[in-house]
Amino acid sequence: METVLTDIPWALILILLPLGGGMLCFLWPRMARVFGLITAAGVMLSVVGLGWQLLKNGVYHHQVGGWGAPLGIDLYADGLSLLMLIATALVGFGVSLYSIGYFKPEKAIHFWPIWLFLLAALNALFLSADIFNLYVTLEMMGLAAVSLTALTGSREALSGAMRYLLATLLGSLAYLLGVALLYHGFGTVDIALLGQRVEATPYLWAALGLISAGLLLKTALFPLHFWLPPAHASAPAPVSGVLSALVVKASFYILLRLWLEIFEPIVDGEGIETLFGLLGVAAILYGSVQALRQTRLKLLIAYSTVAQIGYLFLAFPLAAAAGVTAWSAVAYLAISHALAKAAMFMAAGNLLQFGGHDRITGLDRVVQRLPLTAGAFALAGVSIMGLPPSGGFIGKWLLLEAALTQGRWDLVGVIILGGLLAAGYIFKVLGHTFTQAEVTHQSTEVPAGMEWAALLLAVGAILLGFLAAPLLMLVGIGDPFGISEIRS
Amino acid sequence: MSPAFSYALVGVGLFSIGLYALIVHAHLLRKILAINIMGSGVFLLLIALAKRTGDAQPDAVPHAMVITGIVVAVSATALALTLMLKVAAATGRAELPKEEQE
Repeated sequence: METVLTDIPWALILILLPLGGGMLCFLWPRMARVFGLITAAGVMLSVVGLGWQLLKNGVYHHQVGGWGAPLGIDLYADGLSLLMLIATALVGFGVSLYSIGYFKPEKAIHFWPIWLFLLAALNALFLSADIFNLYVTLEMMGLAAVSLTALTGSREALSGAMRYLLATLLGSLAYLLGVALLYHGFGTVDIALLGQRVEATPYLWAALGLISAGLLLKTALFPLHFWLPPAHASAPAPVSGVLSALVVKASFYILLRLWLEIFEPIVDGEGIETLFGLLGVAAILYGSVQALRQTRLKLLIAYSTVAQIGYLFLAFPLAAAAGVTAWSAVAYLAISHALAKAAMFMAAGNLLQFGGHDRITGLDRVVQRLPLTAGAFALAGVSIMGLPPSGGFIGKWLLLEAALTQGRWDLVGVIILGGLLAAGYIFKVLGHTFTQAEVTHQSTEVPAGMEWAALLLAVGAILLGFLAAPLLMLVGIGDPFGISEIRS
Repeated sequence: MSPAFSYALVGVGLFSIGLYALIVHAHLLRKILAINIMGSGVFLLLIALAKRTGDAQPDAVPHAMVITGIVVAVSATALALTLMLKVAAATGRAELPKEEQE
């Protein structure tokens, strides 16, 4: 039994299953929901299989078609990839469960194929071992994400999607130009080989600038976040969830991976990490204050994403002295934010469907009428604020620990202030869920599946608070954060 | 300056011109054209840098990358043009609204 489990090529299934499922949904639109849910469940099982494989055999390497590194495409999975794949599978399943009730048949026939293609692109991205393949997966992901954003066809959604498309294409082209320079300078696109070959030449610096700029734009780090709030706020609720939870994390993952394996050993101490840290601080403060000022729920959640992305970048200046702690904090924050933010957008989608609007002051006794949704929003909020026990708490605690070991009291202050501001905007929403709105309105029923899907993900974000030891052990497979120290 | 190097410089120039046009022009068709010009700049750079010194065969890997890149660029342009038409139909103008929020 064990050998069977470890012999199955789970990584390939993770890419091929959603691709195939997407095509089936396209060919038989009537069966799309069934195919979609089966695919999402299959992806979860495959991630478990891959995790088992990694635990037994260590890091996973696969040469697609047997061609090998310089010419062919390599797949690679270590603890960091596994964590992102786990986040993708969990959020993916929650979103699929939610979407069964959310989409009317005429939208569902477009939603399911594109959503499964997006899932395939995300899985392929987290498994890629070369920078050009990462470009291809970035584009697959970007095009699918833009199409999903435009799905409602409203004016806001179309403009938001168009802005998003232009931003994402610009980001990809800057990234591709960086890839071209890296290939010319060092003769390979394989991340591990690049890590051995790079030197501090002008090519490396130009590539670092272009790749960072492109990926920061796609990750929506302040001040390159301009496209995120309109796109995330106007997309259908499950799509907003995927965009905030996974799509911005994917470009961050590439930046983190390339930083750790290629750039950090060369450019350490040159001020780049300080710049990332400063932008992170600015993102936390700006995003949180903007979130507090919003009157519409989905925009509030979108600005909260802008703020939470800032936390991921605080680890860069802290990594010098507290490397593993700071990067573990990032990994933990990434997965907890993914679950919590997807849950929050889904809860917002329920409220929007229930009341026909998402004005925060117009929330009308939601706690009594949609208790599960209000509960999901509150639990997700606990993780976003970083209150114990939750995944967000563990992530922020590790980040605080890293900041304290280094005596960076300024960053300690920002982390705590960001948490307080988050509490401010989340309680602003929660307060209105208890009270009666001035103008009461007709309410529409919300399918139970949509309420449960939001609650499941929110509970997941809380449960992460109890799983710190095993999860950090999983992330440590293949030592993704220690490579720069080991390599001489 | 070798011919290959000057082609590479032209590629970087095209990328910069495209970036400038993407930022200053409001009309979406011009923005989409700008993105395509930036893409052509990157492809030209990849092709130019594939030349090896002397009479050796050029490196084939960047050529493969350019072919992949063209496929991506065609699909992206198709999606962008469709979206532009939808935006124009919904708002009456092929431009992005100035304000991010209503």
